Amino acid sequence: MQTTVDTQSSFEVTDKGFYGHFGGAFIPEMLYPNVEELRQNYLNIIADPAFQAEFWQLLTDYVGRPTPLFLAKRLSAQVGATIYLKREDLCHTGAHKINNTIGQILVAQRLGKKRIVAETGAGQHGVATATVCALMGLECIIYMGSIDIERQKPNVDRMRMLGAEVRPAKSGSQTLKDATNEAMRHWINNPVDTHYIIGSVVGPHPYPDMVARFQSVISEEIRKQLLEKESRETPDYVVACVGGGSNAAGAFFHFLDEPQVRLIAAEAAGQGVNTGHSAATTALGKPGVLHGSRTILMQTEDGQVTEPYSISAGLDYPGIGPLHAHLFDSGRGDFYSVTDDDAVKAGFNLSKLEGIIPALETAHALAVLNELPLRKSDVVVVCLSGRGDKDLSTYTKYL
Amino acid sequence: MTTSTIQNRITDLFSTKSDRLLNVYFTAGFPQLNDTRTVLRGLQQAGVDLVEIGMPYSDPVADGEVIQQSNGVSLEHGMTLRILFEQLAGCRDEINVPILLMGYINPVLQFGVEAFCRKCQEVGVDGVILPDLPFDLYEAEYRDTFERYGILNIFLITPQTSDERIRLIDEASEGFIYMVSSASITGSVSGVSDVMKAYFERIAGMNLRNPRLIGFGINNQETFDAASEHANGAIIGSAFVKHLQKNGPGAEGIDAFVKAVRP
Repeated sequence: MQTTVDTQSSFEVTDKGFYGHFGGAFIPEMLYPNVEELRQNYLNIIADPAFQAEFWQLLTDYVGRPTPLFLAKRLSAQVGATIYLKREDLCHTGAHKINNTIGQILVAQRLGKKRIVAETGAGQHGVATATVCALMGLECIIYMGSIDIERQKPNVDRMRMLGAEVRPAKSGSQTLKDATNEAMRHWINNPVDTHYIIGSVVGPHPYPDMVARFQSVISEEIRKQLLEKESRETPDYVVACVGGGSNAAGAFFHFLDEPQVRLIAAEAAGQGVNTGHSAATTALGKPGVLHGSRTILMQTEDGQVTEPYSISAGLDYPGIGPLHAHLFDSGRGDFYSVTDDDAVKAGFNLSKLEGIIPALETAHALAVLNELPLRKSDVVVVCLSGRGDKDLSTYTKYL
Repeated sequence: MTTSTIQNRITDLFSTKSDRLLNVYFTAGFPQLNDTRTVLRGLQQAGVDLVEIGMPYSDPVADGEVIQQSNGVSLEHGMTLRILFEQLAGCRDEINVPILLMGYINPVLQFGVEAFCRKCQEVGVDGVILPDLPFDLYEAEYRDTFERYGILNIFLITPQTSDERIRLIDEASEGFIYMVSSASITGSVSGVSDVMKAYFERIAGMNLRNPRLIGFGINNQETFDAASEHANGAIIGSAFVKHLQKNGPGAEGIDAFVKAVRP
């Protein structure tokens, strides 16, 4: 069969910001100058050697990269395949989120911004943002849903200790979606001196692409580490949880154009996909526009955004990033729904088998291992996106 | 650049009146689900020049607390686009004032853009304001459909919008240009500062082909007068929604509100 050589990957964002049918920049005019300034500058800023040098030095000396690729022997024996864990939980602040905040704070500085605003769900992105703001001496305002402030108190305390102002988002479901609305409103009200550090591969173009690029260090390292350990650069499966999908985008990034690598996304089914208490976006959603991009979205027939539910605050989001919507739509990615109970079980399982307490978000990815049609010879990389300290009060209810 | 040749109640209005126009926003289905027509009637009787009816949305990012809350209340009452079109059906037997629908793109997409435009034409809606449908995407994907049904799309400019982009929007717009008075969400500022005045004067000096109405932060006679000095009139939203919340949809109250803004 003849195939034409395509110079641009079909999973690369177009210059208008689209991945297939998804993406774009559906923003009010009030945000246009900010988003346009970012769009015109982000690629040049990132490509600048001085930026690269500073970014990599901070990832190395401050974040602690590269993070280990750990062969989980007891888990491998249990599952019946070779399972590697990409230890993003060992990043400074305890999750992959800081890869992106380091990148974006350096972009913000080069754009001359004086203040940072961000949204957070589980608090990991809020902590990662507050951390880099402290590091760079920038003012930091974090919006967080009132319900999430309750259930993620340790992270709220960490943000405050780092000097950030945590503002409760009291509208709607008082979770990640509403925190994102409030952060966008804040940015509309403060357009000139403020940069909005979005924490996931969501939002208007160029955010999904910019965040994916900063997180792509995860798959860049996986390739090198796998070559050392297994004499091959590509695994058979990469598994990651998807709320908005930033750790998944980073873990998938350098494998997108290699179809032999199956990309597995774990979504939160909450109490069950059809219980009305779920955040399984691809199972329950359809195309729509939220937070500046066209994506797959949980919504009513009338186009009102549905309030999602998950035990994990980081997956409690009614949309997914446009790249993931395209992966789902094109069949490049396989999406699984994992219930609260199965995720918690997987979290306990990893703790006891490998001595690693995973974040509840990550536990969803681990639970998928039981669903995959694995063969003994398969090599699987699970993105261990965060550590579970913040979730102890939830876990202990199951003890 | 193609310019449309749509002529409707909005373009007719601006061809006969160019000074101190008052456009008032209210959320459909608020304070009660079936108040939409009552409020519309009240505003026409009070002599407003245009009305903007808000299509409630779960995530109105460009709106402040007052309009957000009214959206939430209306949705709790069960408001949908279908119900709104039912409420507006036949309104042209009694309502002559130009009607704009203001809201967010997702409910329109789910309704179907073409079906939405057809319904607008059917019930007598003249234009729409969809803040999260940016100008560029509208031009590329939706303009033809809106024009086929004679529906104007009104675009916003802000103090941060570049002159070049303002020219582009002005060239491609019909009806009027919605000048957002300051970098803000709705209902978050009040009063007209010197910075705002300088911006109003800058835009006035550009000699745009479209009339301009100033919105955001207009809430009384003083701010209405200040805006009208520099543009063709002004838009009131949050202040009127607050009035409805407090006083209900009664015609006398609406009349008093409007007269207080523009005696």
